[in-house]
Amino acid sequence: MVTPRKLKVALAGNPNSGKSSLFNYLTGLNQKIGNFPGVTVEKRSGFCLMAGNVSAEIIDLPGAYSIYPRSLDEQIVAEVLLDHHAPTTPDKVVVIVDATNVKRGFLLLSQIIDLGLPTILALNMMDLAAKAGISYDLNSLSKKLGVPVVPINARNGTGLEELKKIMCEPPNPPDRQINAIWKEAKEAVKELRDRLGVDNDYEAYQFLEQPKSLKFLGDERQRVVDDIRKRYEFFPGKFQGAETIQRYSYIQDLLNEVSLNTSDTAWKKNSVRLDSILLHKAWGYIIFFTILFLIFQSIFAWAQVPMDFIDSQFARLSSYLISVLPPGPLSSLLAEGVVPGIGGIMIFIPQIAILFAFISILEESGYMARVVFMMDKVMRKFGLNGKSVVPLMSGVACAIPAIMATRTIDNWKERTITILVTPLMSCSARLPVFTILIALVVPNQKALGFFNLQGLALMGMYLLGFFAAIGSAWLMKLLIRVKERSFLIMELPTYRLPKWSNVGYTIVEKTKAFVFEAGKIILAISVILWVLASYGPGDSLHSAEAVVLEESKNLRLTEDGLADRIAAYKLEHSYAGIIGKAIEPVIRPLGYDWKIGIALITSFAAREVFVGTIATIYSIGSVSDSDTSTIQQRLKSEINPETGGPRFTPAVGFSLLVFYTFAMQCMSTIAVVYRETKGWKWPLIQLAYMTGLAYISALLVFQILS
Amino acid sequence: MKNVAEMRPGEQGIISGFTDDQLSVKLMEMGCLPGSAIRFNFTAAFGDPVCISVSGYELSLRLEEAATISIIN
Repeated sequence: MVTPRKLKVALAGNPNSGKSSLFNYLTGLNQKIGNFPGVTVEKRSGFCLMAGNVSAEIIDLPGAYSIYPRSLDEQIVAEVLLDHHAPTTPDKVVVIVDATNVKRGFLLLSQIIDLGLPTILALNMMDLAAKAGISYDLNSLSKKLGVPVVPINARNGTGLEELKKIMCEPPNPPDRQINAIWKEAKEAVKELRDRLGVDNDYEAYQFLEQPKSLKFLGDERQRVVDDIRKRYEFFPGKFQGAETIQRYSYIQDLLNEVSLNTSDTAWKKNSVRLDSILLHKAWGYIIFFTILFLIFQSIFAWAQVPMDFIDSQFARLSSYLISVLPPGPLSSLLAEGVVPGIGGIMIFIPQIAILFAFISILEESGYMARVVFMMDKVMRKFGLNGKSVVPLMSGVACAIPAIMATRTIDNWKERTITILVTPLMSCSARLPVFTILIALVVPNQKALGFFNLQGLALMGMYLLGFFAAIGSAWLMKLLIRVKERSFLIMELPTYRLPKWSNVGYTIVEKTKAFVFEAGKIILAISVILWVLASYGPGDSLHSAEAVVLEESKNLRLTEDGLADRIAAYKLEHSYAGIIGKAIEPVIRPLGYDWKIGIALITSFAAREVFVGTIATIYSIGSVSDSDTSTIQQRLKSEINPETGGPRFTPAVGFSLLVFYTFAMQCMSTIAVVYRETKGWKWPLIQLAYMTGLAYISALLVFQILS
Repeated sequence: MKNVAEMRPGEQGIISGFTDDQLSVKLMEMGCLPGSAIRFNFTAAFGDPVCISVSGYELSLRLEEAATISIIN
């Protein structure tokens, strides 16, 4: 017996039509995020259990207003729905339409019906429609459209059993075309159908209208399409405007016949009233920045406890493994390389979860569109998008969730620029580095009797990062050239209470995406860095203890002091130490020696590692990280052998501060940029740009100050 | 002819046409159809972007996009 092909159902609909709610309701946690082949668009799919233990694959297509794409996301909708003979072709298409105002949803619906795939209309938000006094004659609507119509409420699951039942019925392609194709296009369409065997007129017509969405055809058949397009002088969107008008007039006639009751706009008055406050020219901005501040504070404050917990648990696991495993290279790889590496991934989960809880609430409630509305003018000047504000602000806490948050930006160029400049915002991992260096070179004095100089310096570092981000965005706006035209034309959806389960799904989805995709790279790099710092050529590390004992036998060191010296000796002679010495000529113009060079290399794992490395290399490892005053004293007394003066002069200190403000010293950010841009091109450009900026600025600072 | 960018908050009109072909299809897809009533609601700070109501939807447009919609009132 042949097992029946698994039922495939695609969900299509306008943005804000409740498509995600329906998808979450149907699939629950059986979701997976993949990619559509060959493009950077995320593919959300999942399984839904139907009656009789049949499971169906549900594919959530990106939200779209019509079959004519205006973004990469929308192009996917066209590609999936135009390709009728692939294993991935959906058996059924469910089109979700917002019942409170169906016109725009029906435009997409009528196009999908004309493509000839079996279609089901799911009229969503029937509760709101009823409240607004809107009702339709569903029987007559179904008869006129020639497709089944199911009223649903995707927020509480009403009508979904009925919808599932209809999904399982044998596929029944629509028997009519709503919109006849244009007289002028008929001949071309006929020729294309004859030569390629395309199923129906509108599908063939779309082949001619959007040649960019036809990768599935293969070269040979695409050439046939191109040939016909050339001879009949087709250009993209040739009849699109006329078609849209014609479809809307059909929809208006249809609604005149099936509407039992139309609403006035009274049901929206609360939303309108809210807008008069939230979009107020002064209050609106105050409220928005208060919300941003709140998000920023919660990422800082609430994430700290779980982060410390994760940190200590992995440290415990690591020392437990050391104590139970037989000593050897494999054990130490596991206990000191792999386990801390995984810990280094897990530690980001609280921040990611909190940020995406907020972002999801902003999106679900309809407020995010207002953010874009308020910020568009200012951000556009710098090549950014109104939505870039949220990633930039969250970048002050951590660039990882912030870069993941750029997903909400539709325009490719604006999104790429946001990703590129967000790591310049001073994140919380820079704070320990700033604290130590500022304490070292800025006197703890009051200026003007009121401001603490060290506090001013710290604020200066944050401002420096902010201006670097904005300035770089402006520069990249000039450098990155795209044909894609930037436009806003965006809906301001009616305000709604967020659906909490959707918020939960978003958190799970984002966390999973980070742990499994960016996490792999973070783990790999952290293991490499660990090997570099713990192994050296030949047996130089094995003899460390003997050498240090020999060198310091007259020094009467305590046991801790001796262990610190051994650790410092080991680090100096490890591969990382060798690299640190090797790059000394390059970093000498910045005022750094090989010891700082080692810290630069190890802190590529994460900026805060700088403090730990400095502690080890200056043989003060046994002092806990939090006791920074010991590290400061030790650093203050470090002598530069060439000048005889202190190593950490103000010039060196400020040079380092500037370096850490600009440099891409964070492998997790690189990993997440790789994941978000789906390739190595942008992370490498970003690494080169930020390192270059850091090097040149640090060079200038050192040369001017010294 | 008057366009949407020249309207004042609260003013209403009827869409009579578009001056930019590429934008017009997107505007129509979003519900801005010739013949529909359009209401200019409010603007963001500095007067750009603007918020309009058309076909029962609230849309936001940049000033330069609003300028491509011709109206009569």
